[in-house]
Amino acid sequence: MAGFLQRAARAAFLAVALIWAGLIPAQADAPKPVIQKATKGEQCVEDTAYMRKNHMKVLNHHRDETVLEGIRTKKHSLKECINCHASETTGSVAKSKDDFCVSCHSYAAVKIDCFDCHSTKPQGSMAMHPLDAATAHYKHKLAAGAKQPVSVEEMAKVAQ
Amino acid sequence: MASITFREVEGSSLKYWLLFGGLGLFVLFGALAWNTMHHHGHVITGMDNQIVWGLPHVFAVFLIVAASGALNVASIASVFNKPMYKPLAPLSAILALALMLGGLLVLVLDLGRSDRLVVAMTHFNFKSMFTWNVFLYSGFFALVGIYLWTMLDRSVKAYTKAAGTAAFIWRLALTTGTGSLFGFLIARELYGSAVMAPMFIIMSFAYGLAIYLMVLAAAYAWTGRPLGDIVIQRLRYLLAVFVAAVLYFVVVHHMTSMYFTKFHAVEAFILLNGGIFTTLFWIGQILIGGVIPLVILLTGMGKSRTWLMIACALVILGGLVQMYVTIIGAQAWPLDLFPGMVQSSSFFDGEVHSYAPSAPELFLGLGGIAIALLATTFGVKVLRLLPESLDDATVAKLEH
Amino acid sequence: MSEMNPNQETAPASPERRRFVGGAAAAAAGLAIAPGVMLIEVAYGRPEDQAASSAVRWGMLVDTTKCASGCNECVSACSTENGWTPVAESKHPKQAPQWIRKLELQDPLTQMQTSLPMMCQHCAEPPCVDVCPTGASFKRADGIVLVNRHTCIGCRYCMMACPYKARSLVHEPLNDTQKPDVPRGIGCVESCTFCVQKVDRGDGTTACVEACTAAGHNALLFGDMNDPGSEISKRLRELPTKQVRADLNLNLGIRYHGI
Repeated sequence: MAGFLQRAARAAFLAVALIWAGLIPAQADAPKPVIQKATKGEQCVEDTAYMRKNHMKVLNHHRDETVLEGIRTKKHSLKECINCHASETTGSVAKSKDDFCVSCHSYAAVKIDCFDCHSTKPQGSMAMHPLDAATAHYKHKLAAGAKQPVSVEEMAKVAQ
Repeated sequence: MASITFREVEGSSLKYWLLFGGLGLFVLFGALAWNTMHHHGHVITGMDNQIVWGLPHVFAVFLIVAASGALNVASIASVFNKPMYKPLAPLSAILALALMLGGLLVLVLDLGRSDRLVVAMTHFNFKSMFTWNVFLYSGFFALVGIYLWTMLDRSVKAYTKAAGTAAFIWRLALTTGTGSLFGFLIARELYGSAVMAPMFIIMSFAYGLAIYLMVLAAAYAWTGRPLGDIVIQRLRYLLAVFVAAVLYFVVVHHMTSMYFTKFHAVEAFILLNGGIFTTLFWIGQILIGGVIPLVILLTGMGKSRTWLMIACALVILGGLVQMYVTIIGAQAWPLDLFPGMVQSSSFFDGEVHSYAPSAPELFLGLGGIAIALLATTFGVKVLRLLPESLDDATVAKLEH
Repeated sequence: MSEMNPNQETAPASPERRRFVGGAAAAAAGLAIAPGVMLIEVAYGRPEDQAASSAVRWGMLVDTTKCASGCNECVSACSTENGWTPVAESKHPKQAPQWIRKLELQDPLTQMQTSLPMMCQHCAEPPCVDVCPTGASFKRADGIVLVNRHTCIGCRYCMMACPYKARSLVHEPLNDTQKPDVPRGIGCVESCTFCVQKVDRGDGTTACVEACTAAGHNALLFGDMNDPGSEISKRLRELPTKQVRADLNLNLGIRYHGI
């Protein structure tokens, strides 16, 4: 009886610990994260392997430069990540569980608070029309009345 | 010098565990309150963009101020060499640590981003009084901790006076820092004054001693240990001096403001026509927190243990009210962007702001008090903090 | 952390030169991406890889004699541009953030009435920056006072310290309603940013100024107060202006005429 109680207590503790860590499906065959292909562009601004490992460093570095100094280069900006990686179905990187950021982060149980403050969607109404020109860096073009769609090749050029 | 035997309280009685469980329940309520506030945001509290610091800050600042005051009895023993107070010193130190813990927890759990505490510990702006306080609070834990160690461990007993002096100087700096949180604010008319620092120091003396006396009396009564009148009566007069000094500083603060024409309106708000704040000031802060305790302490009534405890309770209650008037009253009065003009806007300019505390705020604050008392209750069980006897004969021997 | 001018030594000597160089570089960059961009960027642009410079001090002139009582155009424009809910639509008006508000003043003796917009005054010596424990409240090199939401812990000490009641705490979750250009979120303090996203983009103006001009009031003017040739500098030289609570000597970025 005592042994059973002890085992039950241990199991309960483990279950609580796992839920706490955000690993609710505690089975061995936990679903692997869905890594959706970016909706735009052919190649990320850095090597994929490098980005998988270091995207947080890249983002944090750029974040400080942008917020504190006003440097607004697009290469490493979170907004540009979102512009390319927003899901075609939800228009967001963090709305549903398979969206780009959320999918991996919930698998790895790493909590991010980026989206407490940042929009998870690209600028403008491009959410459902990923190849429309209304992305952030084309805003001026729109303002100038140039509303022609942008080709995939052009986008890829921007991404590089 | 006669020797005193310190012993842990047994802490196995039903009464002990009931106390422990009761306090634990309030700590749990406090944790739930925090969780609710953290989940929904400050929208569920009574705080808003007008009253930005509310009831949690009343409790937090009160506990932090009282913490440094609770150390007084130990300081009198170690720094000012009064042997009679030496047996009282360990409890004084543990109470100081416990109250500081409770106050700080309330303060940090009320943060808009309480999950980012690590940011507060790694990013510093040394022009901010808040940053200074972060260091003052951490140093307080370290120094009082060392001080307590020198009192409990015979092998380092020789350092008691040095540690006690360091802790004493530190606690003066700490309360100066707490008072200066308000003293260094230019925007609000009732702050921005150097008098805030010494006023907070003297407030800490009064609140800390009142809490100490109640905890001491309760500990001895509930464990059946003898506690003589010599000790209590000595502290009774000390408390009277502190309470009178608080009143003095309040008078100086308001008299100065009343002389300046630009402060007439805000002074009238607190002293004459501020509704709840005027009532709290006169009935709560002055009458209950000052005048009535003084009458009890300075007349024959103070000889009775019961009346003395009532006086202590009133000082504590009055202290909380004083914090309420100081923190919330000052914010309720609108900022004067254009002196002499009648102002109005969608952002409530030119209007007196109202504040109704919500249940989570209250329980977060009570949770802070509960955790302080719980830590003390646990401390006296595991550490030798309380002398077996403080009857008059034992204490009298110390004086010679 | 109260002074942020990392590129001081690399900043060109005169604002005019800086502007020319910046404009040229922006035009080149603009050409590389899309031809339409440069049309706007030539006027005010700073290349996107260049840090904000202390050679610039952004400021605003408010002509209260032209500001119409009851007109709320600047407030609506700010709310639309920056994504905060107008107070009239909020379920919790006392807790709703207000980056800018219309203040109505009346002299009780003379009955003279004044209407003006009130927001962050972008002090040169900001009390909010002084009191912020983590350095989250900061002043950018070009004089814009901002909150770094990555280090803001929501202590609200800046709200206690600001003499202008310019700041608000975000009291409730925003649920992804933010603008991509204007991150803001629960538990952090915020205030007017001089539309920093527009300034960095090279618009050279703010949403409130655009709206005021579009409404035909022309009560607001935005520009570089360090550049003697700028429109705002010229107007400020001629028009008598005052700073709100000038007794505090905070050297404000917003100057009012007619108060």
